[in-house]
Amino acid sequence: MAIAIEKDKPLLTRKDFQSDQEVRWCPGCGDYSILAQVQKVMPELGVKRENVVFISGIGCSSRFPYYMNTYGFHTIHGRAPTIASGLKLTRPDLQIWVVTGDGDGLSIGGNHLIHALRRNVDLKILLFNNRIYGLTKGQYSPTSELGKRAKSTPYGSIDAPFNPLHVALGAGATFVARAIDVEPVHLQQVIHRAAQHKGSAFVEILQNCNVFNDLAWEGVTGKAVKDDMQIKLEHGKPVLFGKDKKKGVRLNGFHPEIVTVGQNGVEEKDILVWNEKADPALAFMIAQLEPPTMPTPVGVLRAVDRPVHHEMEVKQLEEVTSKKGTGSIEKLLHDGDTWNVS
Amino acid sequence: MDTQSQNTNQGAPPPKQLQEIQGVTIRFCGDSGDGMQLTGSEFTRASAIAGNDLQTFPDYPAEIRAPAGTLPGVSGFQIQFSAQPVYTPGDQPDVLVAMNPAALKTNLPDLVPGGMLIVNTSAFNENNLTKAGYPSNPLQDQALLTKYKVFQVDISKLTEKALEGSGLNAKEVGRSKNMFALGMMLWMYGRPTDPTRRFIKEKFSKKAEIAAGNDKALMAGYHFGETAEIFGFTYQVKRAAITPGTYRNVTGNEGLALGILASTQLSGLKGFLGSYPITPASDVLHELSKHKNFNFSTFQAEDEIAAIGSAIGASFGGSLAYTTSSGPGIALKQEAIGLALTAELPVVIINIQRGGPSTGLPTKTEQADLLQAICGRNGEAPLPVLAANSPSDCFDAVIEASRTAVRYMTPVILLTDGYIANGQEPWLIPDAKSLKGIEVKFRTDPAGYQVYARDPQTMARAWVRPGTPGLEHRIGGLEKDQLTGNVSYDPLNHEQMVHTRAEKVAKVAQDIPPTSIYGDEKGGDTLIVGWGSTYGAILQATERLRFKGRSVSAVHLRWLNPLPPDLGDVIKRFKRVLVPEMNLGQLCMLLRAKYLVDAKGINKVQGKPFKVSELVARIEEQIDGHRN
Repeated sequence: MAIAIEKDKPLLTRKDFQSDQEVRWCPGCGDYSILAQVQKVMPELGVKRENVVFISGIGCSSRFPYYMNTYGFHTIHGRAPTIASGLKLTRPDLQIWVVTGDGDGLSIGGNHLIHALRRNVDLKILLFNNRIYGLTKGQYSPTSELGKRAKSTPYGSIDAPFNPLHVALGAGATFVARAIDVEPVHLQQVIHRAAQHKGSAFVEILQNCNVFNDLAWEGVTGKAVKDDMQIKLEHGKPVLFGKDKKKGVRLNGFHPEIVTVGQNGVEEKDILVWNEKADPALAFMIAQLEPPTMPTPVGVLRAVDRPVHHEMEVKQLEEVTSKKGTGSIEKLLHDGDTWNVS
Repeated sequence: MDTQSQNTNQGAPPPKQLQEIQGVTIRFCGDSGDGMQLTGSEFTRASAIAGNDLQTFPDYPAEIRAPAGTLPGVSGFQIQFSAQPVYTPGDQPDVLVAMNPAALKTNLPDLVPGGMLIVNTSAFNENNLTKAGYPSNPLQDQALLTKYKVFQVDISKLTEKALEGSGLNAKEVGRSKNMFALGMMLWMYGRPTDPTRRFIKEKFSKKAEIAAGNDKALMAGYHFGETAEIFGFTYQVKRAAITPGTYRNVTGNEGLALGILASTQLSGLKGFLGSYPITPASDVLHELSKHKNFNFSTFQAEDEIAAIGSAIGASFGGSLAYTTSSGPGIALKQEAIGLALTAELPVVIINIQRGGPSTGLPTKTEQADLLQAICGRNGEAPLPVLAANSPSDCFDAVIEASRTAVRYMTPVILLTDGYIANGQEPWLIPDAKSLKGIEVKFRTDPAGYQVYARDPQTMARAWVRPGTPGLEHRIGGLEKDQLTGNVSYDPLNHEQMVHTRAEKVAKVAQDIPPTSIYGDEKGGDTLIVGWGSTYGAILQATERLRFKGRSVSAVHLRWLNPLPPDLGDVIKRFKRVLVPEMNLGQLCMLLRAKYLVDAKGINKVQGKPFKVSELVARIEEQIDGHRN
């Protein structure tokens, strides 16, 4: 079942997607920008507002549905993908977004996230990664760096972090992307792409928690460094970055290395050309470039087609129904061995 | 000799001595690889078709295949069938069919003195005797031979002989011996062989040789009974005088699956089951997954939490949603049940109870999750709880649960247990057209919509399907404003909402019919109050006690929360209240708390249902103040 596209009414605007609820994130939180970009993109998607559902778990990011003037469900910690999966399977006509965070999506709800991705449930999953537990006031999260000093790790964390993109790729996600709260135009582009993907779309959004983990992404987003520390991937184009686009990524066996075109004999033809439909190993390799030492890839790492969960279910329902006929409880009750007592 | 009885089986020589009996309890037992469950269920089908009333109780180990020949690997199947109404699978077997020494050792203590014991002699070899812990062959024990009517049949060898030249290998031949035993028992009780022969043909439709082998073994067993000199008699159990109509056999889990499908049709909604495999609930998932032509989707989730999460999502989307599990799985679901409760979305949660705590006794029965169902969530979190009392009652109970969930916009917990989930009984198939519809109203009018505005009759909020223009709204687990549903931390609003949620569940009482009392309606000496699968045993025990002249009456509760509005009044009419439960007194505690009555528990937590005789004795002990 296709999601109905609005044709007969005037186009909606950003305002149509703003609810009447006061936004209660801390002033300066990166979530404000993400909310604004999502609200800007929504009218462009051409989906009727009543057919859009935002589902979240628990955490700062999970307050998101309250601020969207669509259908919304703020559920319990980590479980948003389960509620969204049941909804999508039974209501393929809805466009469903899951909003989660690094704690909600990768710690308590990690199991559900990977299973939604491996099933290719048609959900648009936005994972706000601020590398900290914000709503519980500052414990280290599953994406906090090793050695992170936080409320529960006064001597530094001894838990190695997850790379969210690796988790998604490993789970077989068909769409994997990364964007940044403070790069609004790029963020809009990525959200747009995710919305149009058929199947699970996983977007990690680097987001700043200015209260409990301020400047966590400064090495990626800082004005002075961002040109050199962000690699914007574009399908079919060489992976070049830096102010003058002279820096690039070259594959050395299984290792991506940063080179400069025109130095040490490096030519543009040596630079990796990005292919979002390639073997997932390629996306996995480039995702190994991590801050603080390496520039960070953003954009769409992977976008491939695979049978979509609800479409297979709908097909089975149709096939079984056409084979057996529409179910009749009366017939079913009398199925098998029966006998008459007179 | 009853010359009027006719042996309906084709080509049989004149019957040997034929005795008419009212009813009998038979237990088939053997190694879990011996196919005893199949033998039992086929014998059951044949008995149902022969017109007897019956109940069955399969009892099998948690291990799929415990080491062959050992005590933990013993699997049993008990059936009571009778010309009279039957409410339980029988206290003690009158006939025991034991396929190996381990089965004999674990089951012999239950056989009634003087009962019939049929053993497969070739399994009584040294190896098996050692595994069962027998120092010597019990079949040579004179005491055993005097205490019981023992029939030693070399079932293995006779099956081998029958299947000579069948082309089956030794393993396949070995696996057919249960059919030989079945054939023998079908002969002994004059049951038809045709249903089993048809079943074999269907089951092995792609393996013609195996089908032929099983059929041959079955008929060889049947003819062995007839021609061998070993049994000097056959029995006849006449048709029971039961309500006319069309019957089928049903297990509790089948009843649930059928009731769930019926509910979706009665409501006109799409049906959804989110479930995670767990004993003894998985069969409901298996059964429902076959019926996609009922616009019914099943979802085998990654865990118990995802199972109910998906059901809540389906309910949010306007489907009739279910989740099935057992105790440990329900424990995992409780936070999500709380979400459904505060979001006020209908979901039916079915707990097919087993022995606990923790993993406990997965394949054994217990009723120890009542308090978990009623009180198991954080916060003030009441929801309707009801219980099914027999395999066929599961059908009605789940329809009632579904109707309540939708009518009151609430999660509902339905309790059954391993005993009725796997137990089987004949069921007068209901007329599908006479089933009462389940009324569903989706709100579509945006004018004046408030998310938590309530229906005055039921206090339910409106169900709105996403996709409805103008009704976009947000709900969630945070406390909500009592009208708008927006997040509210207001202290008085919270208190109001806590009261409102409790009142709404209490309202369900308006749908509970007057309590029916078996016995002295105006009151008397002793009232037995039960719930769930103890129904049959309590009813029969009460019947026996009344026959003995005791002033004993019984009520059996469908609804555990809320309790029937007239129950307090009913209880007051009796001097003594006894509450038999397969737990340490959970309903008893609730009754004491609610009615300030000095109710006494009769408790059993052995993973096994109450026997009628045991209940009779324990009730008398309470009445007389001493053991009789």
